[in-house]
Amino acid sequence: MKAPVRQTLISLHDAAVSFGDTPALRGVTLNLQRGDRLMLVGANGSGKTTLIRLLHGLLRPDVAASLQTHALVPEGRAPRGAMVFQRPFLVSLSVRWNVLLGLWLRGVPAAEREVRCQQALQRVGLASLAGRRARELSGGQQQRLALARAWALQPDILFLDEPTASLDPGARREVEALVQDFAADGVTLVMSTHNLGQAKRLGSRVAYLEAGTLVVDRTAEGFFSGEDLPDPARQFLKGELPWRT
Amino acid sequence: MNDLAQGLSSAARLLQGADTELWSVVALSLHVSGTACLIGAAIGLTAGAWLAIARFPGHALVVGVLNTLLALPSVVVGLVVYLLLSRAGPLGSLGILFTPAAMVIAQSILVVPLVAALARRLVLLALAEGGDQLRSLGAGPFTTALLLLLHERFGVLTVLLTAFGRAIAEVGAVMIVGGNIDGVTRVMTTTIALETSKGDLPLALALGVVLLAVVALLNAVIAMLQWRSGAPREALA
Amino acid sequence: MAHLNTPSILRRGVAALSLLATLAWPALAPAQERFIVMASTTSTEQSGLFKQLLPAFKQATGIDVRVVAVGTGQALDTGRRGDADVVFVHDVAAEQKFMSEGFSTQRRDVMYNDFVLVGPKADPAGAKGKDIAAALKKLAGTTLPIVSRGDKSGTHAAELRLWKAAGIDLAAARPVGYKECGCGMGPALNMASSLNGYVLADRGTWLSFKNRGELAIVVEGDKSLFNQYGVMVVNPAKFPHVKADLAQQFADWVVSSAGQDAIASYKIDGEQLFFPNAAP
Repeated sequence: MKAPVRQTLISLHDAAVSFGDTPALRGVTLNLQRGDRLMLVGANGSGKTTLIRLLHGLLRPDVAASLQTHALVPEGRAPRGAMVFQRPFLVSLSVRWNVLLGLWLRGVPAAEREVRCQQALQRVGLASLAGRRARELSGGQQQRLALARAWALQPDILFLDEPTASLDPGARREVEALVQDFAADGVTLVMSTHNLGQAKRLGSRVAYLEAGTLVVDRTAEGFFSGEDLPDPARQFLKGELPWRT
Repeated sequence: MNDLAQGLSSAARLLQGADTELWSVVALSLHVSGTACLIGAAIGLTAGAWLAIARFPGHALVVGVLNTLLALPSVVVGLVVYLLLSRAGPLGSLGILFTPAAMVIAQSILVVPLVAALARRLVLLALAEGGDQLRSLGAGPFTTALLLLLHERFGVLTVLLTAFGRAIAEVGAVMIVGGNIDGVTRVMTTTIALETSKGDLPLALALGVVLLAVVALLNAVIAMLQWRSGAPREALA
Repeated sequence: MAHLNTPSILRRGVAALSLLATLAWPALAPAQERFIVMASTTSTEQSGLFKQLLPAFKQATGIDVRVVAVGTGQALDTGRRGDADVVFVHDVAAEQKFMSEGFSTQRRDVMYNDFVLVGPKADPAGAKGKDIAAALKKLAGTTLPIVSRGDKSGTHAAELRLWKAAGIDLAAARPVGYKECGCGMGPALNMASSLNGYVLADRGTWLSFKNRGELAIVVEGDKSLFNQYGVMVVNPAKFPHVKADLAQQFADWVVSSAGQDAIASYKIDGEQLFFPNAAP
């Protein structure tokens, strides 16, 4: 277990993202710390997906300077990110090739590609299915493949956009176990979820969004205790979690 | 109707008779249109993929021109290529007028816009599904487009089959640039045209049936390949 | 970017493409044999003469003749563009114009065939006989369909001359049923057959024509229906790339006794189509 090094990886200052004239995110100020297990929660359309894509780099902020990435200490390079989506897009090739594709795109040399692919598949428990067509896998297996694909890239930050929303409970548990494993290895997590129980299980920090703004940003304990929460957040907590676990 | 019936029975006899002249005409048709398809595939798939992801001023205009070129009459293409390749024209010194090479060029020109337009559609549809995730993995826009074509390879095969159909069925272009020279540039469609103009309608019909049979065989082979590889995903309805 | 270990699918794809490309190679490879391009007319080709004449020439000289068969006007234009090495058509006036423009330095008579006026067996115009001028006058006075090739061909030029000789001005007083199809002899015959009308055709195409319907020969034997063929080598001074020596061999051979005999021996159903008349 790596000792957490307190450093900021990505800082957002009053960031906004608009699609044409429609603002999807406004006035977001947030610092992602190394070792965070940041859970993004909120209703549909609250801006969770926009925020996570902004952090990953799939979207650009309206003002470029509002987002800054900081070099890792002591590695001295920019943090690497990889993302897992709610419905993974798998190319119509084998399981193995889907992982190799990601490694190839990142410019990993050939011999190392094979090794890392093999390791990644083993880590998620899909090594025996390496030759199978990726699209023939079950939903849970496909998501584990997506995790393998992301993990093989040795990311410093793993972004997950509602990764278990389409899965049955058994598959969800498998995926959560893997995510917790990665976090234990020192990978920073940013995950959006509908499932407050999941946020509580996995998160160290919770950010609540509403209508494109960041309303609450606290430690997980602080959030789930329910104390001093602004009204919309408290109602959300109550509404989504009729019984407290 | 009598002619049609005669045509069908003549077709059967032709196929059974294994006439060498007939088969060399069939072979040339396949060579010319097949090669044109390969060239069309190379240029058209690249262009279509690029157009699906490119952003530049005038992009809409280029796409509009491309869609217009889909309706290029083959005889117009034949005429333009003829004027280019004629000794009196700019490329005359190549000396390829009235040879199969000229026919391949003309059919490639016919086929490229078709492949490009359909490939672009294929890529756009696939982009909606996987564009972001491939970008997340680090793929640049053009690499993404090519990967999606690989992903949608059965759709691509259908596109190429469509292009092949367009090429092998056309007569206007190959007639003009090939000259319908017996034993050199005579293909199935120009033979059908010739026999029709000679008034030998049953023979012309028979050749038409043979042409359809050849294309049907090709389609069957492709379909079998798709079936063997599991359920294909058809991006084009 | 590091090179991807090609997945088996791509390897198979490339193999298939290479196989196709090698199969396609014959279509693209330049011809190794000696050959010339001859621009001639559709009626000559459709008569079937070349299938007998050209193999004989190849046997004698080893030269392949590639025939591009179009209308006379188009054939001469092909020569004017330098896309043919030799021109073989049947329109003396047009050929002489071709020479006066410098596109050839010599024209030689080769053979003649004749035109026939073809029409419905019942002959509603009463044109049957040996006098073409009389027949055309009768036709002009009716509303019966008259098909013209209208395509600058030798046959079309001859047809126009015959109308003029019959004293009929087509521009001023066009017969009601006159239709110009801008097409070759075969399609014109097809049209006449389906309209049950009249059409001027060369005997060769008529003899090989299979879609006759109710049509039969109505007028033949008139001297003015005589159709003279000439051969011209395209002038290498205008187009250095022209295979003048090979083309000259063809011109020489077709007027030689060997060539003339080959022409005379060509028959359809026992009937001779072309009558050699090269100057000895």
